[in-house]
Amino acid sequence: MIQDIITIIRKEWKEVIFHRTSGRQGWVSILIIVGIVGIYLPYMSGAEWLSDPISLLTWAWLPIIMTSGMVADAFAGERERHTLETLLSTRLSDTAILLGKVAASVLYAWMISLLSALAGVITVNVAFGEGTFLFYDPVLFFGGLLAVLLVAILMSTIGVFVSLKASTVRQAYQKLSLSTTAIWFIPFILIQAFPNQSMDLLQNLAPALEKNLTVVVLAVFAVLLLVDVLMLLLAKKRFKRTRLILE
Amino acid sequence: MTENHISIQTQDLHCQFGDLHAVDGITFEVETGTIFGFLGPNGAGKTTTIRLLLGLLEPSAGSARVLGFDTHTQADQIRLNCGALLEHSGLYERLSAEDNLDLFGRIWHLSSEQRTQRIQNLLENMGLYERRKEIVQTWSHGMKQKLAVARTLMHDPKLVFLDEPTAGLDPLASSGLREDLVQMARRHGVTVFLTTHNLAEAEKICDRVGVINKGKLISVGSPDELRLKQGTNSLLVVGRGFEQSILNELKAMPDVTAVEIQDHHLVVHFKQETESGKLVQFLAGKGVMIDEVRKGKASLEDAFLALLEEEE
Ligand SMILES: Nc1ncnc2c1ncn2[C@@H]1O[C@H](COP(=O)(O)OP(=O)(O)OP(=O)(O)O)[C@@H](O)[C@H]1O
Ligand SMILES: [Mg+2]
Repeated sequence: MIQDIITIIRKEWKEVIFHRTSGRQGWVSILIIVGIVGIYLPYMSGAEWLSDPISLLTWAWLPIIMTSGMVADAFAGERERHTLETLLSTRLSDTAILLGKVAASVLYAWMISLLSALAGVITVNVAFGEGTFLFYDPVLFFGGLLAVLLVAILMSTIGVFVSLKASTVRQAYQKLSLSTTAIWFIPFILIQAFPNQSMDLLQNLAPALEKNLTVVVLAVFAVLLLVDVLMLLLAKKRFKRTRLILE
Repeated sequence: MTENHISIQTQDLHCQFGDLHAVDGITFEVETGTIFGFLGPNGAGKTTTIRLLLGLLEPSAGSARVLGFDTHTQADQIRLNCGALLEHSGLYERLSAEDNLDLFGRIWHLSSEQRTQRIQNLLENMGLYERRKEIVQTWSHGMKQKLAVARTLMHDPKLVFLDEPTAGLDPLASSGLREDLVQMARRHGVTVFLTTHNLAEAEKICDRVGVINKGKLISVGSPDELRLKQGTNSLLVVGRGFEQSILNELKAMPDVTAVEIQDHHLVVHFKQETESGKLVQFLAGKGVMIDEVRKGKASLEDAFLALLEEEE
């Protein structure tokens, strides 16, 4: 099973990262991102880059957004290019194919985040280092990497759902951007709908948040993890090859 | 478990899409180590049958066993032991030819040496080894088709499904592929289930053929049996003196099914078991001046067309 998942990951990465058909290879775009987020931005912001939570948002969120392209391609792309049925006619199990596709995009996002974060360390040390080695606040760094992992899994399972239903990559992109936007806007919509209640809630939460930040962060992680597991299970239930051929 | 010498066995297999009966109660068997040709007009249900046999579609009724495994409950086992070239070549066009084969080698857990060896064997055999590093997208249709066949054979399957494997191949390549298929079946006992619209091809290599029309299996047997059952032999006589009375007498003979004059030649259609010499003797006896006689054998194509006509 693990071997099969790795086979799928290899294939997905080869297709997306090393393909040579669009003129430049896929890894050139990765270099550009890492260059901006790992070299240019840290260089502009100085040594604070390593302690500023805003920097975390940059190297953590950007790659997650990038994954959606890869995920939208997961099944819709194979269907559009007529490779899906052949893949489904192999000995690979439904679960291996599904997990391979999810893992490929999650690891893709995670690697870009990690590379960007580490490039940031090098940039800051080279440009602003004064003898001592500068590094992120460990909580920020490891918390950020974990957050990237959990959110990327969520994003890519949503992507898989969308991609399963779409017959072309274009359609998958559209559905995916709509559904992710909808999910990110739910909190704002709730606040709009219940202005008084939510203000009260926020006012009550704020002091608690400040006092128990670690607990809150851990709770968020736990919830994310739970949602990830649920989404994966749902995707697994939804992913049946006998239904895929027909759609 | 089905006995070993039967690789495919279907029992009243049905597959329905809405109101459409794509496969409408077919029952047949394919013996291990033979080449079975599945023939039928467009939309007859050939591809759907292959999908059912691979467990990619669920039958709406009936059942099938492939290599002894039930397509409904043991499809994983079937896919493990089979290779399939389906309607589309299914190649990853953004990858190189070598990477495509390597991927399928990995999927079937071949070791690195096995993969290298196999890729070399298969591609050399098809004359594509030199070009293995090229991106598949840039290849011609026939080259892709050859590569797709190679991919199907990558893991040495016991049974291969080939949906129109020679479509788009040049005569040399298709005859090469046919030879390979025959060798695989004869030497290695591989069972081949193929669909084709090329009836001459089916006649050449298939041990048995099944004809499907509108989801129903209308005939199964060896190409010879089918020809005997459906087709008629013919005699083309070049000469002079084909009087109407002689033609009428000919037509009245019980063995003769049809008589016609084409471009001043006489064409006599007669039943398979009839001795054509008798007919020639009859004509000569009536004073017909015979320059040349040519015997025509019914082809599988004739038989196929006759079968479909009968259905209409
Ligand atoms: N997923 C599907 N949904 C609805 N109808 C389908 C589906 N797949 C096949 N059909 C219908 O089933 C019938 C049989 O199709 P099939 O592809 O098996 O034909 P075929 O014999 O392979 O034809 P061809 O020689 O053109 O490849 C056709 O009428 C087709 O329209
Ligand atoms: Mg077909």
